[in-house]
Amino acid sequence: MFLKRRISREAVIPSSSLADIAFLLLIFFLVTTTIDVDTGISLVMPPWIEDVEQVKVKSENIANILVDENGDCLLDDEVVSIPMLKDIIIKKIKANDKLIISLKTVRDTPYRIYIDVLDELKQAYNELREEYSFSKFGKPLDQVTEAEMKEIRKAIPQRISLAEPEKVD
Amino acid sequence: MKFQKKRANPQQEIPTASMPDIIFMLLIFFMVTTVLREYDVLVKYELPEAISVEKIENKRLLSYIWIGNDERIQIDDSILPVDEVMNVAYYKRLGNPNVIMSLHIDKGSRMGVVHDVQQQLRRADALRINYSALRKL
Repeated sequence: MFLKRRISREAVIPSSSLADIAFLLLIFFLVTTTIDVDTGISLVMPPWIEDVEQVKVKSENIANILVDENGDCLLDDEVVSIPMLKDIIIKKIKANDKLIISLKTVRDTPYRIYIDVLDELKQAYNELREEYSFSKFGKPLDQVTEAEMKEIRKAIPQRISLAEPEKVD
Repeated sequence: MKFQKKRANPQQEIPTASMPDIIFMLLIFFMVTTVLREYDVLVKYELPEAISVEKIENKRLLSYIWIGNDERIQIDDSILPVDEVMNVAYYKRLGNPNVIMSLHIDKGSRMGVVHDVQQQLRRADALRINYSALRKL
């Protein structure tokens, strides 16, 4: 018989480095996938009502903020600068806890300035809540429990009213 | 020496043959979970900055609206006129009653268009909104 003598060779691909290669890929994915966190100012708008009935609010319970297209800010007929707004609002809310803040813009007000004003208002409320949380629970606002947060929200509700922008002729 | 103990000589190797498989599983897990559904943003915008920004914990509730610097409005993958926003927002709310509309608005756009969009959202009863803003340092 003409059986050829075969040379049997060990034909194994070395797989010991496979894990390392997979690790590299894994690290690549871990590093490159950025999970971007959305940050922003949250707000809940009032529901839409077809025929709006005028709710009368006592004039002393309302703080009118008007912002025009140049970024000038009018608080209860007085010109204030936007960075001052926080301290003034804090003082006002402390004096009157039923205060509603009415934020009104004109149609040409830049969004950036609107956000600046809203930011000031939010900061004022946050500061008041922080204070309340310290005096009531003895800890900062970011460490309170859910139930305590509810109580804080109830004690210091955010009363921001967004009024319809005015048309300026 | 005569008193040498006879030691057992067990194999002291952890089998590493399945390690690549385990790593691949991890890899596939990361590849699958980190795929974020993203939209092609067709408008140009630059977000405003604010100090009192909050993180949104639940991304699943979010639905995005973009308003670019040319005041075009985009929802999902298409650019819409203002009066269509109500319908789209309404269907979004049907699918998810707790939807938070995340408004990515260019910082230079005027309040008029922002307000129009907000009114449309109010009509659609999508009342939870979030003005997307960057953290001011």
